[in-house]
Amino acid sequence: MVRFRDPQIEMAHGAGGKASRRLVEGLFAPLLFANATAPLGDAARIATDGSSIAITTDSFVVKPLKFPGGSIGELAVNGTMNDLAVSGARGQAMVVTFVLEEGLPTPVLEAEVRAMAAALRRAGVVMVAGDTKVVERGKADGMYITTTGIGRPMSHVRIDAQSVQPGDKVLLSGPIGDHGITILLARGELDLEADLSSDTRCVLPLVEAMVEEAGPGIRWMRDPTRGGVATSLNELARDCGLSIVLSEEEIPMRDEVRGACELLGLDPLHIANEGQFLAVVAPEYADAALNALNKTDGGENAVIIGEVRIEPACAVLVTTRYGGSRIVDMLVGDPLPRIC
Amino acid sequence: MRYVDEFRDPELITKASEEIYRLADTGRHYRIMEVCGGHTHAIYRFGLKDVLPANIELIHGPGCPVCVLPMGRIDDGLAVAKSQNVIFAAFGDMMRVPGTHGSPLEHKAGGTDVRIVYSPADALQLARKNPNKHVMFFAIGFETTAPSTALTLMRAKSEGIRNFSIFCNHVTIVPAIRAILDSPDMRLDAFIGPGHVSTVIGCRPYEWIARNEGKPVVTSGFEPLDLLQSIVMLLRQLRAGEARVENQYKRVVPWEGNRAALKAMAEVFQLRPYFEWRGLGFISQSALKIRDEYAEWDAEQRFPIPGTRVTDPKAAQCGEVLKGVLKPAQCKLFGNECTPEHPIGALMVSSEGSCAAYYNYEHRKAALVTRISSVA
Repeated sequence: MVRFRDPQIEMAHGAGGKASRRLVEGLFAPLLFANATAPLGDAARIATDGSSIAITTDSFVVKPLKFPGGSIGELAVNGTMNDLAVSGARGQAMVVTFVLEEGLPTPVLEAEVRAMAAALRRAGVVMVAGDTKVVERGKADGMYITTTGIGRPMSHVRIDAQSVQPGDKVLLSGPIGDHGITILLARGELDLEADLSSDTRCVLPLVEAMVEEAGPGIRWMRDPTRGGVATSLNELARDCGLSIVLSEEEIPMRDEVRGACELLGLDPLHIANEGQFLAVVAPEYADAALNALNKTDGGENAVIIGEVRIEPACAVLVTTRYGGSRIVDMLVGDPLPRIC
Repeated sequence: MRYVDEFRDPELITKASEEIYRLADTGRHYRIMEVCGGHTHAIYRFGLKDVLPANIELIHGPGCPVCVLPMGRIDDGLAVAKSQNVIFAAFGDMMRVPGTHGSPLEHKAGGTDVRIVYSPADALQLARKNPNKHVMFFAIGFETTAPSTALTLMRAKSEGIRNFSIFCNHVTIVPAIRAILDSPDMRLDAFIGPGHVSTVIGCRPYEWIARNEGKPVVTSGFEPLDLLQSIVMLLRQLRAGEARVENQYKRVVPWEGNRAALKAMAEVFQLRPYFEWRGLGFISQSALKIRDEYAEWDAEQRFPIPGTRVTDPKAAQCGEVLKGVLKPAQCKLFGNECTPEHPIGALMVSSEGSCAAYYNYEHRKAALVTRISSVA
């Protein structure tokens, strides 16, 4: 049953793209998961005494620890809460594990703990348990943080790739690529500067607003982190067997992100986001969902970027205003390692 | 963004497309080669085939530096990195190119110190920062990147940085075009001339193609409108029965080239008597080697080089695709054994490789029966 044949682990296995998927589906799922063939969502559901809870976990290894617009601590809370939110669940409680490097200055650690506390307050979530490990100097780049979130499913929301239909609309909550490009520039390895900051935030208020107005029409949601919008939508296309057709001109993007991608030969659709989400909504609910996002703080730039079609099956196609089109695949390899 | 947005303007693109439909003789089949891999990438990325008439066939040329590098050179570079315990620095494009015992990235996971750099100057900076290690920059590219390698070597020499060397794989474009034209199975009507290479060498080196071979050449930019305008210019020449070299990319390419860059290249490099190209075989005077004055910074003179020669896997038809004889999807391995994730040939790796461009942007579009109009 185990089909993972790559001889060793490479950075690409952590990039959220094709190699990651192969590792999970070929090694972890068959040996570890209760239901090896269940679709891989952002969070799992567990039934307990007649009700159900949602649970998810995420590790954060971002380099550098601090970057314009955020830091590892804030990311560690928002990232896990967002995975719950796009699974249709409200985060309730969280547990945390710190892996700290010998020699890490206490003020650096304290700043991150304070950033986590502030993010928890904003998300209305409590931290209920934790663990700490320390490794030798040179082994952990300061710190790694793992958070596990538990949430309560929202009523009337059913997230299921199989329910996606031709004609459904694809919504995006705001401009893409801010986080990935910010981290890339923050590393200072390129002589490039831009007035740009990470989009890290908790997307729950936006998801709640959309659920309120268009709950029964929401078929699928995902936060396009590593691997970007292209990777998330390719996973959807594969899981539902349909085609996701995007209109290039509708995809919101800051000029700084577009410029950096042009210079570096990167596709913005492959760049990581930490404060955006994608939703597939039944056509009759699309306007209501979009209006709900647009009138919520931070959702002003949400747009419909495309729709679901039958052909080309299992693929994402981007069309241009002048009638050209191209396939956009999942991320292959890892242009930007350790982005979150 | 200036110089980008106006060259992607839908109205202008539609006009250029209409002009192409008007100029193309419906009774004739046009075979136009875009020499440069950057053009191949742009053609697929912008979906330009969707706006061209069916009787204009674009043939992908050999202008992808990663693609034309024989596997033996990669093996040699990695062997030096491993045996001499040096830092192997290269462009990101090189990282996933397969060698006999794995790509640079796979060697990295196995413990070799492999670093991605964005320029040779970054590799030199790495040497400054690691005075106790030797940094070897694995240099690839046509005349586009050779000047920056040359300037970096001049800098290393003037600063006396001795823990730095270049493994030089620089090649020149004109002998490759000549090899294509000499190939008996190649029938071409015209060339879309390289853009970036021409910023350095100018347009004069292509004049023999027009004069001796009777084929029009238009040096082109990389935006959709650039490429369509270049095709318009080529069709006008073909209609008039002319063969000239024209420059569509005037905003960047000077007719005479870049003197300072050419001077730096002449200072540091000399022509190799011959060099092996993947798919094209040995081509005389087609590559650059580092002059003896810079021998201390020449990895090939400084370290023992195994001189590996590897024949491409039999089933892989990289050579035919590189020469434009086969389309990517006509290779037996395309999309089956050979994919961007598990590439067998370099054409499936580099962003400028025609197989990767075709696989990433076009491949599954073939399943579409109806042409897709834009989403509302």
